[in-house]
Amino acid sequence: MSLLADVSWHDVVNFSDYGELLPLVRNSLLAGALLGLVGGVVSVVVMARDLPFAVHGISELSFAGAAGALLVGGSVVGGAFVGSLIAAALLGALGLRARDRNSAIGVVMPFGLGLGILFLSLYDGRTANKFGLLTGQIVAVDAARVTEMAVAGTLVLAVLAVVWRPLMFASLDAEVAAARGVPVRALGLVFMVLLGCAVALSVQVVGALLVLALLCVPSAAAMKVTASPLWVPVLSVVFALISTVGGIFVALGTAIPISPYVTTLSFLIYLACRLLAWLRGRRGWAVAALH
Amino acid sequence: MSAGEAESVRTAPPSTAHGIPAVRLSGATLAYGERTLWSGLDLDVRPGQFLAILGPNGGGKTSLLKVLLGLEQLRGGTGEIAGSPLRRGNPRVGYIPQLRGFDSDVPLRARDLVGLGLDGHRWGVGWPSRARRQRVDELLEQVDATAYADVPLGRLSGGEQQRLRVAQALSTDPGVLLCDEPLLSLDLAHQRMVVDLIDRRRREHDTAVLFVTHEINPILPLVDLVLYVIDGEFRLGPPDEVMTGEVLSELYGAEIEVIRREDRIVVLGAASTGSPHHHVDHSEGAPIHRDPQL
Repeated sequence: MSLLADVSWHDVVNFSDYGELLPLVRNSLLAGALLGLVGGVVSVVVMARDLPFAVHGISELSFAGAAGALLVGGSVVGGAFVGSLIAAALLGALGLRARDRNSAIGVVMPFGLGLGILFLSLYDGRTANKFGLLTGQIVAVDAARVTEMAVAGTLVLAVLAVVWRPLMFASLDAEVAAARGVPVRALGLVFMVLLGCAVALSVQVVGALLVLALLCVPSAAAMKVTASPLWVPVLSVVFALISTVGGIFVALGTAIPISPYVTTLSFLIYLACRLLAWLRGRRGWAVAALH
Repeated sequence: MSAGEAESVRTAPPSTAHGIPAVRLSGATLAYGERTLWSGLDLDVRPGQFLAILGPNGGGKTSLLKVLLGLEQLRGGTGEIAGSPLRRGNPRVGYIPQLRGFDSDVPLRARDLVGLGLDGHRWGVGWPSRARRQRVDELLEQVDATAYADVPLGRLSGGEQQRLRVAQALSTDPGVLLCDEPLLSLDLAHQRMVVDLIDRRRREHDTAVLFVTHEINPILPLVDLVLYVIDGEFRLGPPDEVMTGEVLSELYGAEIEVIRREDRIVVLGAASTGSPHHHVDHSEGAPIHRDPQL
């Protein structure tokens, strides 16, 4: 109790300097918006392919890559990408069937996390850097980083736009997609690489532990309230943007890092969507279906 | 090998009023590594013909469909769909899979499943358009699914989903329909409904139907030809010639009794030799009415 009393509410939440802070976090806001956009779209495929566990596995290896880069003084962003892509390639090669895939992830994930922790314990630089890899450090994003992220994010979205329709066909209705000539296996591998990139982007900002908040929750929430292939991605992006940009805005006025706000917002959105789905379920879909 | 020596029966005449057969296999052989599933298969299916493919699991029934879809390559022989070589993604071939459960949250409505059949294989995002919507509406109407066009897939019954599968398969206006156990786990009324939809297509558009099943009775009144595949051996011919105790006993290498009564066939004794499906007639209701046009 006494501990709590020492931390006054005013220390945690203080919006008095809000106007002055805004220009300083312009880059962070841009990065957050970018992530919301990429995460919202990618998460639709993640849910359609039942990959949340893979996202988690890839993010742990991405963390190991970033930690390794930090240790040897390389680019943390580059390290995160290398780790992600290795994980994505491994998962793609080890098993495309859900069962094989899950066991592969279960094997790879602890190894990645262990490596990451090893690298971090060997690293004797700033502790904020270590913590940031796991829980996010969006406030430290500079203009060059935003440009990098914009390029990578645009590439991911561009490739997704090209493969979107057959990828969704292959993800949701694999047997018939194959019968119609869709290269189901190749598209699965392509998406794994895209997912690797999306995870590497997100890890830098929300941290390895919270990537699921960006790459899973938005579309999971959207799918609760609509089944339209058009509205699911749209709502998913909106939800992801609310979580990231909203999280940064709220975090500005407080002393707590951004990630708890992002995760809390996305969780609340999910709860609201579930509630809506439940209410609608009681009235019946045929009447209330959102077109 | 015994598979190579298997006698093939060419029942359908190669040249008909329509000329080119909808499906043709000549000396077709399918093998995985050392294992030969079937070889020397000659098969002509004319437009509008209904071929039932029967036999125990693992005998190569589904593989035959995969060959025709261009997903498996023949080890020997050739295959054609409407006169052109087998290839992947041939729009002349429609495919109806067996019922599978969709997640309750799957981001597809009834109309979207049909739409995927129409253009799901094309690159790009696939923006909605009026023409596409109209085409999907037509297809939904063909299978009487208009009432639940906008209901999420996860909330539809098995019968409703299989109706959509028919519409999806018809979206490219195929000359051949390949059906892989589409009646599995459906109740009798829905089995009949799906069979009727497939049959209606066959009669109205002269579409050839290749129907993999372990239960011939729901489709018996429609079947022109039976292909019975078991352990690399096969028999091809009209149901009356293939579905006999003599032929099946030879195929299974065990004593099989076939009882034929009106529109039903009951195969007895096959259970002990690896066909768990034929020993009982599962039908409880009346058999499907024989179509007067047949």
